[in-house]
Amino acid sequence: MSAHPILAVEGLEKRFAVGGGFLRRASQVHAVVGASFTVAERSSLGLVGESGCGKSTLARCLLRLVEPDAGSILFEGEDVRRMDGPALRVVRRRMQIVFQDPYASLNPRRTVLQTLAEPLRVHGLARGTEIEERVAAAIAEVGLPADSARRFPHEFSGGQRQRIGIARALVLAPRFIVADEPVSALDVSVQAQVLQLLEGLRERHGLSVLFVSHDLGVVRHVCDRVAVMYLGRIVEEAPVPEIFDDPLHPYTQMLRAASPVPDPKSRFALPRVVGELPSAMEPPAGCAFHPRCPAAMPRCSRECPTLSPVGTGRRVACFLHSPAP
Amino acid sequence: MSATTASLEPARGWTHRFRANPTSWIGVAIIVAVILAAVFASWIWPLDPLEQSVVDRLMGPSPEHPLGTDSYGRDVLARLLHAARISLLIGVLSIALAMAVGSAIGIAAGYLGGWFDAAVTSLLDVLLSFPTLLLGLMVVAMLGPSIENLVIAIAITELAPFARVARAPTISLKSRDFVEAGRALGFSDLRLVVVHIIPNLLSEVVVVASLWLATAIRTEASLSFIGLGVKPPTPTWGGMIREGFENILDAPWLAVAPGVAIMVTVLGLNLLGDGLRDAIDPKVRRD
Amino acid sequence: MTEVVLEVRDLTVEFRSGGAWHAAVRGVDLAIARNETLAIVGESGSGKSVTALAVMGLVPPHNGRIAPGSSIRLEDRELVGLSERSMDKVRGDRVAMIFQEPMTALNPTMTVGEQVAESVRAHRGLAPAAAWKEAERVLDLVKVPSARRRMTDYPHQFSGGMRQRVMIAMALACQPEVLLADEPTTALDVTIQAQVLSLIEDLKREYGLGVLFITHNLGVVALIADRVAVMYAGEIVETARAEDLFHEPRHPYTEALLSSMPRVDRDIGELQPIQGNVPSIRDIGPGCAFAPRCALAQERCRSERPSLAATADGRALRCWVRGSLP
Repeated sequence: MSAHPILAVEGLEKRFAVGGGFLRRASQVHAVVGASFTVAERSSLGLVGESGCGKSTLARCLLRLVEPDAGSILFEGEDVRRMDGPALRVVRRRMQIVFQDPYASLNPRRTVLQTLAEPLRVHGLARGTEIEERVAAAIAEVGLPADSARRFPHEFSGGQRQRIGIARALVLAPRFIVADEPVSALDVSVQAQVLQLLEGLRERHGLSVLFVSHDLGVVRHVCDRVAVMYLGRIVEEAPVPEIFDDPLHPYTQMLRAASPVPDPKSRFALPRVVGELPSAMEPPAGCAFHPRCPAAMPRCSRECPTLSPVGTGRRVACFLHSPAP
Repeated sequence: MSATTASLEPARGWTHRFRANPTSWIGVAIIVAVILAAVFASWIWPLDPLEQSVVDRLMGPSPEHPLGTDSYGRDVLARLLHAARISLLIGVLSIALAMAVGSAIGIAAGYLGGWFDAAVTSLLDVLLSFPTLLLGLMVVAMLGPSIENLVIAIAITELAPFARVARAPTISLKSRDFVEAGRALGFSDLRLVVVHIIPNLLSEVVVVASLWLATAIRTEASLSFIGLGVKPPTPTWGGMIREGFENILDAPWLAVAPGVAIMVTVLGLNLLGDGLRDAIDPKVRRD
Repeated sequence: MTEVVLEVRDLTVEFRSGGAWHAAVRGVDLAIARNETLAIVGESGSGKSVTALAVMGLVPPHNGRIAPGSSIRLEDRELVGLSERSMDKVRGDRVAMIFQEPMTALNPTMTVGEQVAESVRAHRGLAPAAAWKEAERVLDLVKVPSARRRMTDYPHQFSGGMRQRVMIAMALACQPEVLLADEPTTALDVTIQAQVLSLIEDLKREYGLGVLFITHNLGVVALIADRVAVMYAGEIVETARAEDLFHEPRHPYTEALLSSMPRVDRDIGELQPIQGNVPSIRDIGPGCAFAPRCALAQERCRSERPSLAATADGRALRCWVRGSLP
């Protein structure tokens, strides 16, 4: 644990009302439950888990694209949750997001120039020809052809659109980037190009990154630390490569075993996976993972383990690894 | 969802599909002809639509009066052409008003959501439950008959469809990643709505406008028919049908001519609107 | 001796675009034996899904066609040129297909039990009561928990993984010889993907199915395939047994794909992306389709198209540079 954190999240909570309507009570989904973690300066934290585990919601809470219900989000020492309109606008220059779907994340009726110039104008960061210069620099930096500025999103391939999305996130010169599944919609060969671009930008600009992904291979490659979520809770957090080579939480172990590896010798890991993700509306009592857990104990269905330090720089929420009560 | 997705496609696609559809061309031809007739009425047929002549009343079609004359001896063709101006003007103005106000309400409801949306939606349902003509009748009765009030009354009867058609895509667009990205970049709500949401739902609103313009013209004719529209002697199609109705047995052309004019115009607008909708809306696209 | 159930010879599928015909799949040769999984792996635009459509007789007739000279044989029956009616019988009776998104293939207004039973009745002519019993049996077989109770549920009440099991149950209910699986686990989470893959593997063994498994994911290929065909821009560029392919990829494209894929099991250092994009079927030059992106490309690769040549060790390779190696 080296540098001091650029982002420190404490006890973050988010509930959604689902269903409901006239004369019908909505049920609640507890999408994020007491999430606490830090992202060190110039480092990248991976957030992994299966669909519906709350990883995207958590990521969007950090930027207040989704309003959290409780907890604090300290970004460079200031609580983002307490900021009002003007302060929030200023902080948004410094934290940005890259989206998953390169087709949905760009306004189809705006040229690349319009898309990239708009943030500069809105924040009054550049004027006149300076805008075009900064846009041209951003286009060059993400490896798009120089004549891209006047073109519309539909003239680009998926990988190129993702580069436009990255350029838009970078144009305000942020310090921290949330990357929400930035390569999962792309072909394997294009995915590698975009990952390489993100890596290069992170080094050159000294960015800190929260990298949300369901692909453990990608996360292993780009992240320094990884947090694993299951049904709204962080169940394990540890540095790479330890979390993949020696996962502690049974869920991390299951996820790791199920992740395909391009090696036919790894085939025999499959039968260890049991059960499906329970409904987030009615999570199991105790540890939410216990119905699928091969090592479940009676205690696991009654109490919920807390995320506690284990060894050096690791945290895990599992009674197998907590000191006896 | 899918309607919005379609409008997010490159503009090239739908204009091409519109042009490839022969019925939309028939619609365009009819509407252009009606507009030209209205604009150049005095050149096409230079008789005065208001000039009465007791001697010439209720004459059948003849070279001097191709569509005959009415009970005041006025030339029906001249009245028909001048009525097109009033009818189109009232239709277009009321639709423009309904489109501006209705879409604004729908976009606001969709974007803000919550109790505001719930309240607006319920109000729209109430508005929609009134028959168009009855609603128009009530409004004109309250405001008094004049061209301005007629425009307002017709606009009110057509607020709800515009509000509805603008609200649904607003809801789906506001959660689209590019709007979310704008929020993350610190754009104001006004900017997100004006720059990023409205241009992406405009095409759908325009389709509805072309379809409802036909209804607006019909509503105007109906209101004029029952005497709550434009005051005589200004000619309107609805008013002409009412006047012609008194002599329907002796001089059927008096009611038939404006009736055909309304029918042709409504048909043209519907063909145009259907063509636009087919070109833009993937659900009815046939390929 | 392995018994070949499905054999594709010189398959070329063309699509019309802008008034001209372009081949999306060119000269594909495949053979699948009983109790064997052949995986076709490729990126989008490689022609892997079009190949599956052709086998199912589902090439859209108004803008697509199977070129003359192509042959698709199911045991000893030629499928190319079969009438729509006879093809309908082959589909489902002898070749079944499962898709990436099972929701689109299930009728949302019918219960799951009714749909499986209907497919049993349509293909095997059982009486309604017997079909219902058979439906329950196959749903049990694909490990839908408490199948009997869930048969009266509607598709939307099933999770994505369970829906895919229902699709597999419907496919099995017809006792096919060949199962075509087009990216069946791509929309699923990895733990559910693992379950569905082991289900397909178990069923293959139990019924001696020939499985044609289409995917973009090399990790999934390693988990399920006995043999692999790598496709690029409409052509097969390499075929090999799965162990051999991953142990020693020979085609530069296969090799590049493997080294551009981040792995969870070990650190790979720097990623080596393949530069450029998959070419459009409209602009493929006279030479090797991969030459413009290939690090090893030579003069000949750009001017002359290599053919898929069998090697002594039972593999096949389409490459001028690597093909000449011993």
